[in-house]
Amino acid sequence: MDRPIRVLVAKPGLDGHDRGAKVIARALRDAGMEVIYTGLRQTPEQIVAAAVQEDVDVVAMSILSGAHNHLFPKVVNLLRVEGVDDVLIIGGGVIPDDDIPGLIEAGVEAIFTPGSSTKDIVNYIKSHIKRK
Amino acid sequence: MNIVERLLEGDKKACARLISKLENNEKEAIDIVKQLYNRTGNAYVIGITGAPGSGKSTLTNKLTKELLKQGKKVGIIAIDPTSPFSQGAILGDRIRMNDLALDKNVFIRSMGTRGSLGGMSRATWDAVKVLDIFGCDYIFVETVGVGQSEIDIVKVADTILMVVIPNTGDDIQAIKAGIMEIADIFAINKSDLEGADKTKLEIEMNLDLNEKNEYRPPVIKVSASKNQGMRELLEKIYEHRRFLEENNELEKRRIRNSRLQLLKLVEDELMEIILDKSVKDDLLDKLSREITKGAIDPYTAKNRIIELIRR
Ligand SMILES: Nc1nc2c(ncn2[C@@H]2O[C@H](COP(=O)(O)OP(=O)(O)O)[C@@H](O)[C@H]2O)c(=O)[nH]1
Ligand SMILES: [Mg+2]
Repeated sequence: MDRPIRVLVAKPGLDGHDRGAKVIARALRDAGMEVIYTGLRQTPEQIVAAAVQEDVDVVAMSILSGAHNHLFPKVVNLLRVEGVDDVLIIGGGVIPDDDIPGLIEAGVEAIFTPGSSTKDIVNYIKSHIKRK
Repeated sequence: MNIVERLLEGDKKACARLISKLENNEKEAIDIVKQLYNRTGNAYVIGITGAPGSGKSTLTNKLTKELLKQGKKVGIIAIDPTSPFSQGAILGDRIRMNDLALDKNVFIRSMGTRGSLGGMSRATWDAVKVLDIFGCDYIFVETVGVGQSEIDIVKVADTILMVVIPNTGDDIQAIKAGIMEIADIFAINKSDLEGADKTKLEIEMNLDLNEKNEYRPPVIKVSASKNQGMRELLEKIYEHRRFLEENNELEKRRIRNSRLQLLKLVEDELMEIILDKSVKDDLLDKLSREITKGAIDPYTAKNRIIELIRR
């Protein structure tokens, strides 16, 4: 692919820490991607609007507050409502192992917990992009 | 419905996809622009430039809200530099514009400058035209003011707004270095901080040195984050627009912009043809080596290359 992969890095929910998201953003940039970073406290609606207007390949969400079971599926569903079906959706943050299968079931394609390396995330994105 | 119909119906997804395809230089998208080009020319384009952190995005957000109150449809193109090392970029302008994201009359797009070879001006121009066709009344183009990029937005903007902040002696120096001339309006943002009056004075003094033109760029103190002076600033934009329109200057400016764009397109294609043709027997490398050895002079070598396209 001779165009940069575009990734929306979003922080849904109310927690006020974005250090992790910023580290990811930088790693993705260093891997040659265009990262659209939208800052803290995004509503699912805002995330979807940004994903549509920015025409991203990937929506990467990070949550520390524990609201992932509610917010991740909400974003997935709103994207579907918008008819967006060629975007890779991934999530990260402090997410208990028990919650992961349910999130995958809901349509989040991969979950990266604090143990994951940024390299894993880069490689996952590169090999799972849906659009040429 | 195909992408053209959807675009004309105001479908943001279609608009976004078309911009991507143009950014990636896809022929299908270029054909669409060709087909719809006669629908362009309605949008008024405002270039916003200034140092990183001066408040350009915050200001764009607040001006957009004023325009929305007046029932306008607004497009925003926010450009950030691509890293020359990785070709990646972090595009962070939306952080200051999240509360606009859901408005049906706003479309925001972030762009990296990508390669230097005309990348920015060409893709920006394309995106502006798409938003114009999309039906935007006003289009903001935000670029970081670090040299060439300010000059580049001249090629797309009808009005150029330069954002400066108080108390930065450096800034005024930088403005002096050739960039002062391109500003149609100076907004001294963060005027809630100290030193705005002094900065205003310095800019005014600089403007005094310019030969007397019919139009003198206004210098106004604002505070975007405190939402102060936004109406006045918008009024200054309208005033500049009226000046351009009443003096036939808008058309002149747009013709100048089109000319620059046309030359750029020709230049890009010529370079491509030349590079393509000189791949054969490594002409470029061979001549470069011969020039270095003194076996040929650069002027004769240049003629050898030019012959490739003359034929
Ligand atoms: N004190 C003050 N801060 C401002 C003002 N406008 C913007 N800022 C802040 O300046 C910082 C950079 O703003 P941003 O709009 O991102 O600047 P940009 O890089 O030029 O787009 C942010 O923290 C803003 O909140 C203002 O009028 N006064
Ligand atoms: Mg900005």
